[in-house]
Amino acid sequence: MGVAVPPFEAFYESHKVEVFRFLRSRLGHEGAEDAFQETFLRALRAYDRLEHGEHLRAWALTIANRIVLDAARRRRPHGEMPELVTEDGRPAYEELAGLTDELPPKERAAVVLRYGYDLTYDEIGAALGSTESAARQAASAGVRRLRKEQQ
Amino acid sequence: MSISTDIDERFRAAAAAEGLLDVAYDVFDDTAVGPLLVGVTDRGVCRITFDPEPERELELLARLYGPRVLRASRPVDRLHRELEEYLAGRRRSFDVEPDLRVQPDFYKRVLAELALVEYGVTTTYGALAARSGNPRAARAVGTVMNRNPVPIVLPCHRVVGANGSLTGYGGGLHRKELLLRLEGALL
Repeated sequence: MGVAVPPFEAFYESHKVEVFRFLRSRLGHEGAEDAFQETFLRALRAYDRLEHGEHLRAWALTIANRIVLDAARRRRPHGEMPELVTEDGRPAYEELAGLTDELPPKERAAVVLRYGYDLTYDEIGAALGSTESAARQAASAGVRRLRKEQQ
Repeated sequence: MSISTDIDERFRAAAAAEGLLDVAYDVFDDTAVGPLLVGVTDRGVCRITFDPEPERELELLARLYGPRVLRASRPVDRLHRELEEYLAGRRRSFDVEPDLRVQPDFYKRVLAELALVEYGVTTTYGALAARSGNPRAARAVGTVMNRNPVPIVLPCHRVVGANGSLTGYGGGLHRKELLLRLEGALL
């Protein structure tokens, strides 16, 4: 038996700021507001089906990431990604977000969660609904692909 | 950094409006009987706690009703208004229904009888036990009163000892006294 699922209030309060920051870095302030609602409503719709309270941070960020991808797909049907909002002193995940635009979604999520958010492979596996080793492979495949692109 | 109140409240309102919550709760900080935490489900009020420790309360609500417990003001508005009116002496009974679904059968029976005790009237633990079908269960009725999940709305303050002493109250005797005075049941 894992950690008990906390009351949604506790989950929401623990992660709302980080989720909002992530969304703002990808979508700008205005886009982030709607995406924020959608992220936590989506989390709430699935919340009573969670079997344990582990990796909830990774789970929240993964939902947010999916919503960013959906928004991008809707806006740019030809796969071109929107320009990023840039700020001084932005955190690692904001830089990574720009760098990883071209990666396949799973590799991108693994790279961003590993190097931008410093999650463990175990957490990333859980967040992506796969295993630790699959997460490790996706992240290293993503990094290899990035190196190739940089050359 | 924190997120704006506007974004925060918009999410809470949307969550409630979509019917996604097992329990919506709020804390009323300065009522005439001190801070109250109230919890509301789609069936009615399931929780009223004096001097709440929110973290512990939320864990309990999540365990009893499901994990989708969120602070949201809209769903508790009506109860808030009714409590304010009652505590100001402008209301004698509550229109909000209690949600007692998680209570054991004996509790349900006793609390249903308790709901019939009228404003400004007191009864005894023994009398309530008799009306609940077990005249010898006065002590057990005392326990039910002590654990009443929705005090004030279900008026356990109107139940006193056989000799007329106030005996006890989950929210502290001073509150029992205050409520009975408010109702004119105590001079």
